[in-house]
Amino acid sequence: MSARLDDWRRYRVTFQTILGKEVLRFSRIWVQTILPSVITTTLYFVIFGRLIGDRIGSMDGFAYLDFIVPGLVLMGVITNSYSNVVSSFYSSKFSRYIEELLVSPAPNWVILAGYVAGGVARGLTVGVAVMLVAMFFTEIRIHDPLTMLLIGVMTATLFSLGGFINAIYANSFDDISIVPTFVLTPLTYLGGVFYSIELLPEFWQTVSLANPVLYMVNAFRHGLLGVSDIPLGLAFGMILICIVILAAYSLFLLRRGVGIKT
Amino acid sequence: MFALDVQQLTKVYRGGFQALKGVDLQVQEGDFFALLGPNGAGKSTFIGIVSSLVSKTSGRVSVFGRDLDRDPEGVKSCIGLVPQEFNFNLFLPVIEVVLNQAGYYGIPRAVAKARAERYLRQLDLWDRRDTEMRRLSGGMKRRLMIARALVHEPRLLILDEPTAGVDIEIRRSMWSFLREFNAQGTTIILTTHYLEEAESLCRNIAIIDGGEIAERTSLAILLNRLHTETFVLNLKGRVSELPELGGFVLQALDDCTLEVEMNREHTINGLFEALSRNGIEVISLRNKQNRLERLFLELVDRRGLEVRA
Repeated sequence: MSARLDDWRRYRVTFQTILGKEVLRFSRIWVQTILPSVITTTLYFVIFGRLIGDRIGSMDGFAYLDFIVPGLVLMGVITNSYSNVVSSFYSSKFSRYIEELLVSPAPNWVILAGYVAGGVARGLTVGVAVMLVAMFFTEIRIHDPLTMLLIGVMTATLFSLGGFINAIYANSFDDISIVPTFVLTPLTYLGGVFYSIELLPEFWQTVSLANPVLYMVNAFRHGLLGVSDIPLGLAFGMILICIVILAAYSLFLLRRGVGIKT
Repeated sequence: MFALDVQQLTKVYRGGFQALKGVDLQVQEGDFFALLGPNGAGKSTFIGIVSSLVSKTSGRVSVFGRDLDRDPEGVKSCIGLVPQEFNFNLFLPVIEVVLNQAGYYGIPRAVAKARAERYLRQLDLWDRRDTEMRRLSGGMKRRLMIARALVHEPRLLILDEPTAGVDIEIRRSMWSFLREFNAQGTTIILTTHYLEEAESLCRNIAIIDGGEIAERTSLAILLNRLHTETFVLNLKGRVSELPELGGFVLQALDDCTLEVEMNREHTINGLFEALSRNGIEVISLRNKQNRLERLFLELVDRRGLEVRA
C-alpha cells in the first residue's frame, strides 16, 4: 500500500514537472504563442463583426458578431492546444532531449498526461484572452459557464492528443505544419465557426456532421449563447469518444516506441 | 549480486542489420567496468537497450536483479545515463536541466534542489547555474550531463564516451570525480575511445566487436598478456653509437632519445643497470604506446577487422 502511494507521489511530481516545463515554455515566448491568436481574432471581430457583420444581419437570433464569438474562442483553443504539443514534443525529439524522459521511470501515461495538460493550459490561456477581447466588442452574457468550461477543456484535450500523435510521426519541421494547414484549418473553418449549418443545403448539412469540430463549436456556442445546431449530449459523447480513441492510440504508439525509439 | 546481467541479447535493426548477436555480459556490483570496441561494434546499441532508448529484439536484461521486461520502471530508476551526444534543450538554464531531470524521476523539488547544488558544485558548474545551455563550452556540457545523470543517485552509472572532446585538465578532474563516486559504491560502466582512460579507471573490461563479446576479463589479466613493452628514454647526454644490450632492442630516435623494446622477462632496473654500465644516463622515460591500446589493436586486428581505436 505504502509502495503504491510512493508511486503515485512520484507520478505526481513527474506530471507537475512536465506541465511546469510546458507552461514555462509557452509563457517565456508569449509573443510567439499567445499574442498572435489574440491579434488574429481581434481582426476577425473588427472585420467580420463590425465592418461586414452589420450587413449580414442576425444569425440564430443573435447579432453576427455575437454569433461568431464562441467559434473564434474555440478556434484559438484548437490551434493553440494542437500547436503547443506538436511543436514542443517534436522539438524534444529533434534535439534528442526526449531521451531525458525516456531513460526515466516516468510511465507513458504520465508523459502523455503532462504534455496534453501543457497543451490544454495554452489552449485555455488563449481562449480566455480571446474571450476578454470579445467582451470588449460585445455584451455577451454567458449562458452556461460549466458547459463552456467542459467543452473548452475537452476540445483542448482532444487537439493536444492530435498534436502529440502528429509529433510522434513527424520526421521534420515540415511534417508538423502539414496537418494544421491542410486538415485543422479546413475542419475549423467548415465547422460552423462563422455560420449555422442550417444555412447549408441538406446534403452539405449531412456532410458537416462528419466534422468533429462542428460538435465542439456548437456545444461551446450553447454554453455561451444557449443555441446549438447539435444536441448537447451528442456533442459531449462525440468529443469523449474521440478523446478515448486518440489517447489509446497515443499510448499504443508510446509503448511501441514509434518515432522515439530505434 | 550483478549490477548488470545481460543474456543472449540481440538487436536487428529495420533493414536487417544485426547490431548485437547474442551478447552475454555480467558486471559485478561496485565494479568500474570498461566496454570497448571499434566504431560500429554495437557498444551504443548495447547501452541504448540497457537504458531503454533502444528496443531489443530478444534476450534478457536485468539490473540489480530487476528484469527490464517485467519491471522497466525499477530498472530505469537504478540507472543514470551519460550519453555520447549532447541531448539538452539548449534554451534552458543549467539548473533547470538538472531539476527537470530530477522531476522526471519523481524526486520532490526541495530534495532535487539540494542535490542539484551538490553535484553542480562538485563539477564546478554552480556559478553557471543560470546560464543557458547553448552558452556553455563543450567541457561544461559534458560535466553537466554527469550532474544530470547523478541527480536521482543511481546505483549504476553508464557513461558513453564521457570525455570526448574534453581538454586534458578537465578530463583528469572528471576521472577523479568518477573514481570517488565508484569508491562510494556506485557501479560504473564506461565506453571510451581513450584507452588510456579505461586503463586508468577500470578494473574489468569487455571488448565488443561485430556485435559479439570478443573478450571479457580483468584489466590486470589482459595487460599481463603483453609480451613486450616499448619505452622512450630521454637521455642526459648524446649517444653517438648504440651499445649491444642482451634482451633489449635499442633504436635511436635522435641523439638524445632512445627507444627500447624489452620483453616481460626483463625489468626496468635491469635496463637501467645495463645503460649505466655503458655510460648512458636517463632523465625520464614514458611508454611509447598505451598498453591497452596495443592489446586492443592486436585483438581486433586478429579478428580481421579494420579498426580505428
